[in-house]
Amino acid sequence: MMSFLSYLKDGISLGSIYAIIALGYTMVYGIAKMLNFAHGDVIMVGAFIILSSITKAGLSPALAILAGVVLCTLMGITIEAVAYRPLRKAASPLAVLITAIGVSYLLQNLALLIFGADAKSFVTVIDVPALVLFDGKMTIKGITIITIIACIVIMSVLTWFVKNTKPGRAMQAVAADKDAAQLMGVNVNATISLTFAIGSGLAAIAGLLLCSAYPSLTPYTGSMPGIKAFVAAVFGGIGSIPGAMVGGILLGVIEIFGRAYISSQIADAICFAVLIIVLLVKPTGLFGKNIQEKV
Amino acid sequence: MPMLEVKDLQVYYGVIQALKGISFEVNQGEVIALIGANGAGKTTTLQTLTGILPAKSGQIIFEGKDITKVPAHKIVEMGIAHIPEGRRVFADMSVYENLLMGAYTRKDKAEIADSLALVYRRFPRLEERKNQRAGTLSGGEQQMLAMGRALMSKPRLIVMDEPSMGLSPIFVNEIFDIIQKVSEGGTTVLLVEQNAKKALSIADRAYVLETGSISLSGNADDLLHNESVQKAYLGE
Repeated sequence: MMSFLSYLKDGISLGSIYAIIALGYTMVYGIAKMLNFAHGDVIMVGAFIILSSITKAGLSPALAILAGVVLCTLMGITIEAVAYRPLRKAASPLAVLITAIGVSYLLQNLALLIFGADAKSFVTVIDVPALVLFDGKMTIKGITIITIIACIVIMSVLTWFVKNTKPGRAMQAVAADKDAAQLMGVNVNATISLTFAIGSGLAAIAGLLLCSAYPSLTPYTGSMPGIKAFVAAVFGGIGSIPGAMVGGILLGVIEIFGRAYISSQIADAICFAVLIIVLLVKPTGLFGKNIQEKV
Repeated sequence: MPMLEVKDLQVYYGVIQALKGISFEVNQGEVIALIGANGAGKTTTLQTLTGILPAKSGQIIFEGKDITKVPAHKIVEMGIAHIPEGRRVFADMSVYENLLMGAYTRKDKAEIADSLALVYRRFPRLEERKNQRAGTLSGGEQQMLAMGRALMSKPRLIVMDEPSMGLSPIFVNEIFDIIQKVSEGGTTVLLVEQNAKKALSIADRAYVLETGSISLSGNADDLLHNESVQKAYLGE
């Protein structure tokens, strides 16, 4: 029983990280209708920026996190403007997809060039005491608590932002109908930039949380969590913010349970198998909308 | 000086020429109808006016300013609202949120509230359903919402693309009544319609588009009684 609860909290914690990454995928897909496969690598870049800011530049953890978020935000805006925007009107949506894969390799190889291939051990950035429960039978690490809280806060703020602010409503409008949104006076390019900015800033936070929980950083660190978060976004219904949260947490729990109770070797395969089953049963994902039009 | 002046406008889709140099004008306070068959270039004309499609050559002048190259999202601020074909309401937003989107470029909250009250007065049905998802409205109600949304920007010129498309005859009459009221309220109207008879009955003047060129123009009443118009567009 105690081990079940302990696996569950590990699953929720890992899932919270997937959820934060999945947000970047799902928002960009919802608004720009593209899959940004470089999103996972932004996580890695964010983690490297935070790590170097502390170990090389000697910044305080708070400043280092700020630097990571700000630089990743700028990087997201730049990637969109330089690599994706010129292709937005391309005849085939594959053009931008392939470019995104190219950007992903570019980021990995740049990191390889700058930081080398060997794994760096991530420093303790977030130092929060652990919570001891049931007379010491279960300990919840500080980072686990912070991760879950961060996920809940980010989801709540983002949901509020999209629903209640002007830029948020512009995002909804662009997601629903780009041309109609323009006719309302919404600047579509600026709205897509904002979406990339938010997604990439959150990726830096996800990188921090990921490397704090699993403190080993290489240029490929973002790749697998990125793909799994993509699975989580599709699982929850791509384009949906609550879908990203539920999909991410479910995927994290499935992964940890799979690792613990079935086999640690095939845990990843189980994640992807679950995706396939969900898509067979409900092709739009758990929270995905069935597209219906009324004439 | 006309409010809107279109001079020798040419538009291409790739190599295919959709508008072969059309010119027309809209004066302050008028209701102008653009009629024509499917594929004549009516929607293309409106989309070029509001910057959704680029013009190859020619000029669009609105209130003395050249707006030929103004991007679509800046048009509404200049005083033109465009109600697109098929209404294009935001299906997942509520009626109220759709109306707010119409006032997206406006800042004064009190004035926006005034406009909202005005729209609700003109379309009581929208107020009854203000919290309903727009996607669940009937076609006629969606058209009302699209009109209300356009009015929320307080436009001086409103361009409408096929407002009667796909509506039941009762709604068609209601929509045309509303267009007339909008016009009486001081807003200039440029209307694209396949329902030529209805359009001509409320318009002051009209232009007939035929495969990318204007083939006829004149007073709406005259066109209504013009033999070739009757044959081609009024089914008489």
